[in-house]
Amino acid sequence: MIRAVMVMNTQGKPRLAKFYDSQPVDKQQELIRSVFGVLCSRAENVSNFVEADSIFGPDSRIVYKHFATLYFVLVFDSSENELAMLDLIQVLVETLDKCFKNVCELDLVFNYSKIHTILDEIFFGGQVLETSSAEVMKAVEEISKLETASNSITLVPKSVSGWRGR
Amino acid sequence: MAGGTSSIMETLFQRTLDDMIKGLRLQLIGESAFVSKALDEIRREVKSTDPSTKSTALHKLSYLASLHFHDMSWAAFHVVEVMSSSRFSYKRIGYHAASLSFNDDTPVLLLITNQLRKDLGSTNEFEVSLALECLSRIATADLARDLTPEIFTLLSTTKLFVRKKAIGVVLRLFAKYPDAVRVCFKRLVENLDSSDPQILSAVVSVFCELASRDPGSYLPLAPEFYRILVDSKNNWVLIKVLKIFAKLAPLEPRLAKRVVEPICDHLRRTGAKSLMFECVRTVVSSFSEYESAAKLAVVKIRELLVDDDPNLKYLGLQALSIVAPKHLWAVLENKEFVIKSLSDGDPNIKTESLRLVMAMVSETNVVEIARVLVNYSLKSDPEFCNEILGSILSTCSRNVYEIIIDFDWYVSLIGEMSRIPHCQKGDEIENQLIDIGMRVQDVRPKLVRVARDLLIDPALLGNPFLHKILSAAAWVSGEYVEFSRNPFELMQAIFQPRTSLLPLSVMAVYIHSAFKVLIFCLHCYILQRESITSSCPENLVLGVSESVLKREMPEDSGLIRTTCEALPVQGDKGFNRRASNQSSEVFSVENGGDRTINHGQTSTPNFSEKSSFTYESIVKLINLVELAMGPCMGSHDVEVLERARNLLCFIEVIKGEITECLEHKEKKKESEEMKASEIIKLMSDAFSEELGPVSLSAQKRVPIPEGLELKESLDDLGTICADIQVPPSNDSNLFSLGSPYNGEEVGVSASELESKEESEPSNEATALLTDHRKRHGLYYLPSEKNEIVPNDYPPANDPKLRDNLNNDTEDLVKLTEQSLVTNKKPNHAKPRPVVVKLDERDVVTITAKRPEPNDNLLSGAVREVLLGSDTRTTTSQHNPPDKASSKRKGKEKLNVDPSSKLKEDLGDSEKPDHENPSSRRSKHRTHGKERRQKSPSKPAEERENNGQKGKQKSSHRARHKAQERADAPLNAVSQTPVIPDFLL
Repeated sequence: MIRAVMVMNTQGKPRLAKFYDSQPVDKQQELIRSVFGVLCSRAENVSNFVEADSIFGPDSRIVYKHFATLYFVLVFDSSENELAMLDLIQVLVETLDKCFKNVCELDLVFNYSKIHTILDEIFFGGQVLETSSAEVMKAVEEISKLETASNSITLVPKSVSGWRGR
Repeated sequence: MAGGTSSIMETLFQRTLDDMIKGLRLQLIGESAFVSKALDEIRREVKSTDPSTKSTALHKLSYLASLHFHDMSWAAFHVVEVMSSSRFSYKRIGYHAASLSFNDDTPVLLLITNQLRKDLGSTNEFEVSLALECLSRIATADLARDLTPEIFTLLSTTKLFVRKKAIGVVLRLFAKYPDAVRVCFKRLVENLDSSDPQILSAVVSVFCELASRDPGSYLPLAPEFYRILVDSKNNWVLIKVLKIFAKLAPLEPRLAKRVVEPICDHLRRTGAKSLMFECVRTVVSSFSEYESAAKLAVVKIRELLVDDDPNLKYLGLQALSIVAPKHLWAVLENKEFVIKSLSDGDPNIKTESLRLVMAMVSETNVVEIARVLVNYSLKSDPEFCNEILGSILSTCSRNVYEIIIDFDWYVSLIGEMSRIPHCQKGDEIENQLIDIGMRVQDVRPKLVRVARDLLIDPALLGNPFLHKILSAAAWVSGEYVEFSRNPFELMQAIFQPRTSLLPLSVMAVYIHSAFKVLIFCLHCYILQRESITSSCPENLVLGVSESVLKREMPEDSGLIRTTCEALPVQGDKGFNRRASNQSSEVFSVENGGDRTINHGQTSTPNFSEKSSFTYESIVKLINLVELAMGPCMGSHDVEVLERARNLLCFIEVIKGEITECLEHKEKKKESEEMKASEIIKLMSDAFSEELGPVSLSAQKRVPIPEGLELKESLDDLGTICADIQVPPSNDSNLFSLGSPYNGEEVGVSASELESKEESEPSNEATALLTDHRKRHGLYYLPSEKNEIVPNDYPPANDPKLRDNLNNDTEDLVKLTEQSLVTNKKPNHAKPRPVVVKLDERDVVTITAKRPEPNDNLLSGAVREVLLGSDTRTTTSQHNPPDKASSKRKGKEKLNVDPSSKLKEDLGDSEKPDHENPSSRRSKHRTHGKERRQKSPSKPAEERENNGQKGKQKSSHRARHKAQERADAPLNAVSQTPVIPDFLL
């Protein structure tokens, strides 16, 4: 299963972090820091895997990919295939790219909600549920349609209560 | 009204998440100040009655919790409020916050059950999906129990978007509430037949997770997985199925035989590297006994290795190290590549190839490989250098130095490794130096030489990583000082000026070693003088060794004898030469003459050289020690202070007499000299007691004496201590045997005892010691453990060797008393010296892994559903209080060999009956038994039939499915006997 998904920039600032085994927040921060510590010490053009037993406990590995100013990181255990995880990062980045048209770090900074929507379509409670970026896009568009539909009503002052329900 | 206005104001001027993020990027007041201001805002806003304000505040809070790591558990109740909003966008924010911040201990979890139930039943599939997602993260046992019916319904919904998530949530459901298996398992299995790749992928990955925890329970599903393995074209699905088979195959050999061919087909055919690698890994980890499959896998590994992509190279090496234990030829075939990879730029590849190189190490090639690796370590970066050193050390010490034959070589290799500039393996090297010293008697002379070379080098003192090694070297030099060629030089090395750089704990070891060296020198000096004055020195020596504790080392007495015999012949000559030398420069470390002589000597130590202990040299030695101890007397460290004081007091005691009696060398009085020399002999004997390795489990084996209350409250200890002042009770903890390496500590306590008793006659000291031993027998492990000493100890002494020692009887006594100590063995008879081993077997059995109770419950439930009897399921369903007992029954049942179960099920599947479940059930049993007698003879046929049967079955399956969907969840369980139908 997948233990965590992280995106961080080359300065170590987290841009996205999702842990599938629940961790207290300070532990999360520590984990992200130690992952960054490992990643920033690695040269370019080396393999994308890191054994992470020392950070995440036994049977855990990291796969990461470096795009422009961002590291995309997946933490997983022995029931996942390393190369498949690498492909999955590709799927995630492709989806982001489709979603934001030439995705860059700023898109990730300002679209917290949307990125989580995408992530939740691909990963579900630590399992990979969807590997086709087209399918993910379809779901994400539906969800944002639904959101705007429910928000369009907000033109009416919100404090006017009483018309809850649909 | 006022509330309404403020709410509108809040809404109008509230910062949205985007505003906050922008503000955070432009802030000038510092990030943390900005965030705490934002948090204050959020705290206010989240209390608002307006749902929009509230949800926006919560959204911002989630952001801060997720990316700025601020705790948001305080907002749990607000999360529940927002979750229950009817508007999708708010609900989404609420669910996101819940899955982010809730855990098993969140109190408000009790409040969300109904909300979740409502959303799970919603007609909007995205709302259902929100609830499922949240459940997959935060479900507790209670939530899982209460919502199992909803999940059961969703498992067969026609909306695939929802169904795949329902399948995903089952994992959490089973983990938290194993009884859910009884309800949902069958529907989960049905989904294995789905034609939709997403559903299939989801369900297979759930089974992969389940099987990785408890593969045995899922053996009956093997036919389903087999079908997917053969039919599926989806690489994700195939990878997961391969993972499942990698777990199942070792449990059922016939299964392995069946699936190995399809796996090889995939291996040959696939173009996807991920699938190819997974096939390779499956073959090498679980099917390595199939020669042709293994060969094919190794060919593919080779392809990975020569690829340009470092990822593939790395994974190839990794696969190679999985295959190494069983097929070493595969590694040897790629030997050049592996060695070459040691200098690859990629740290992963280097580490992996190092692991492989270590896998190739054997008795015959350890010397060459270690040489190559040490050379590599000199060239590589500090981190990898230490990895190399670490793996050399751990490989060589594996199984009590199993692969080492030439210990002299190994000890000098350790010495060499200590000098590698990046070496940070101080702790490990320290352990091994002492361990080898204690375990391998034959290597001690060499060990002492290596230790001396380390001690004498002033350059090493500046490197803090080496301090541990120096500590071990000092200990070795002190403990085995009798092998030292030049104890004076050793003393000089111990007290060279830069030793002040050492940490105090190491300094303490140094001082203690100096003590041992000093005693040794004095002892030799006295013996030497006695041998000149006395006509029969041998008797005297023997007399001494017998009078004291029965533990003198054979080497020691042998050596002294050599000294004594040699002296009358050439004594005077050596004496004079040394005396003249020493007057000028003997003790300086730079004494070139001395050193060259020492280096020149190789295997035959020249004892006469060493034993030229003259009066001047002894006085000089004492002065040196006194001088060096001066600063230590002001030390703040208790260890250093105490040892230094012991040493100085000892010198104080003997100094006067030695000087005095030596001044009138010829006309001294017997009685006067005897006192000093007796003390020295006593001390010398105390130090020559050999320290053996101690088993890790030694302390556990000591029975607790009757009447000893270990868990008593120690409150009144203060008064007891005030009343009775028994020094041994303070000392006793020094004898603790926490680690096998605390030789120093034992030494210390011995010396402390000795210093307390040094003014008393020897036999009284012995009596005291035996008395102490009687009272505190608990702490005297070595000599009292004869009965429980395992019989894999090295064989007793070679009688031939004993021939050159006259005191056979004494040796016999020693033998019986000190079985922990190995005795010297002849160099010619066996190539490898004896290494003392201790039996650690009981430790291993104690630490045997126990599965978690929850896993037991889960696997029990799974097996029950897949194989269980009808009575059990019905009682457990209708009779919740009985659950525990029925479960236990289930477990007893599970002890039945899974393979025979599988056989039964395979047998069942051939039977083309589709009667009502209960009557079929009873038939199954008998039929299965008949089958079982036949099946071993023709398993292959049976399996071929299975393939065809599968296709026929699918139509029946569909019929069953339709039937079941109509059933209420509760009835589903009573139908469990249907399950075998799904097995091929």
